[in-house]
Amino acid sequence: MTADAREALPLVQLRGIGKTYPNGTVALAGVDAEIRKSGFVSLVGPSGCGKSTLLRIIAGLIAPDSGTLSWQATGERPPDIGFVFQDATLMPWARVADNVHLPLKLAGVSKDKASPRIKAALARVGLADFATVFPRELSGGMKMRVSIARALVTEPPVLLMDEPFAALDEFTREKLDDDLLDLWTAQRFTTIFVTHSIYESVYLSERILVMGARPGRILADIAVDASYPRGRAFRESKTYLDTCATVSAALRDGAMP
Amino acid sequence: MTRDERFFARVLRFLVPVAVGIAFLVLWEVLVRASGIRPFVLPAPSVIAESLAANFPSLMGSLWVTLRVTTSAFLLAVVGGVGLAILFSQSRHVEMAFFPYAVVLQVTPIISIAPLILIWVGYDRVELALLILAWVAAFFPILSNTTLGLRSADHNLRDLFRLYGASRWQILTELQLPSALPYILAGMKISGGLALIGTVVAEFVAGSGAATGLAWRIVEAGNRLDIPRMFAALFLLSALGIAIFFALTLLENRLLRRWHESAIRREG
Repeated sequence: MTADAREALPLVQLRGIGKTYPNGTVALAGVDAEIRKSGFVSLVGPSGCGKSTLLRIIAGLIAPDSGTLSWQATGERPPDIGFVFQDATLMPWARVADNVHLPLKLAGVSKDKASPRIKAALARVGLADFATVFPRELSGGMKMRVSIARALVTEPPVLLMDEPFAALDEFTREKLDDDLLDLWTAQRFTTIFVTHSIYESVYLSERILVMGARPGRILADIAVDASYPRGRAFRESKTYLDTCATVSAALRDGAMP
Repeated sequence: MTRDERFFARVLRFLVPVAVGIAFLVLWEVLVRASGIRPFVLPAPSVIAESLAANFPSLMGSLWVTLRVTTSAFLLAVVGGVGLAILFSQSRHVEMAFFPYAVVLQVTPIISIAPLILIWVGYDRVELALLILAWVAAFFPILSNTTLGLRSADHNLRDLFRLYGASRWQILTELQLPSALPYILAGMKISGGLALIGTVVAEFVAGSGAATGLAWRIVEAGNRLDIPRMFAALFLLSALGIAIFFALTLLENRLLRRWHESAIRREG
């Protein structure tokens, strides 16, 4: 296989992914998707559509009941992955730098050796001066930045985010959206971003997978036809508003009985 | 609050209870003198203080015995309770098999097994018997609190550890034990008091001069109707209990004040 052909292959392929919980809820039924390398894809849908479940299956945290997942580089096993939860999920007993150190520590890298990478990761999220404080001293937005720094400290090829900014106020969220896009354009880690906000998904992504509930499935695959960097102008553009309308319509159609 | 006000508030928190205590002692002294109650019914604080001074060497010796048994039993309870809880956390089957017996040990009144333990261990090794009984009394709160604490680690953090391929050992030391620390410390505060109670109960049962701790001094003084001395021993026993409680509260504060809600002092 030539390098070009490999480049054209999707980073991860999902074939017929299904998941039923022990209580009988069908979280996902027959989900097919391909995710391109270096892309920014959002999973958007109402609560209960299985978007978080799908993300956890992609991360390898839960196993699907049916279907297959194959990664271009590593086969069934996922490659290095950064994961950001809805809550910052920091260890309250550890200082910010120690929280960011965690993925490297678990891989056996000492604090001294990891120090430059921890500093760089904190600098990238604008928290260079907060290495020695405890999480409780930070605001919600800053905690989320620490969480992102922790996810990116290993420079993973893939970043999975599960409604990361849903609990934040709108100003903080817009700022974090912009900062996330800056990081992504600079480093081009493949990003899969789960959100229930249509606006956020359109603003951030190259591509949106619209999901519907009962059973969880993909309703539509919508491309966002706009280049990066995106800013305030994009939020007010016709492309943005039209795409929001398209996503919204796809969600409405899926909700029909 | 300004710095001065905060300082004043802290001094007040210390001074008010002390003032109440002094007022209580003065009232006690005055009432006993005024009413002419006999010292073998209720001695005045001044008489108790005299007795404490007169019997100082023997009472201090007894305090040392009780302190030694209590702290050793407590420390062994911490080691055993945390150790067993870790074992339980590693295997549900082990927990299922043994936890009920830990409960049996807890619900059986300590005083009812004391004679048996004394006979088994032998009267020539009374201190060991006291240690075992105090340990049994102190052990369970540590075990149950630590078991709960090890289980209470944040689920998302646990997922994160799995995602990064953490070993069991790493999950235990980096996630479960720090998460359990507030629970362990709360268990220790309960156990510290129980270790003292266990020691006192065991000394009462051992009796007959074989034990020489503070509780035995109380029995002895009671037999001789030396009530001031009984109060003096009681006073030392309370002081010991208070000291244990404060020491553990201080430890809890030291370890948790930077991060845990329970130990963070809030403004206003």
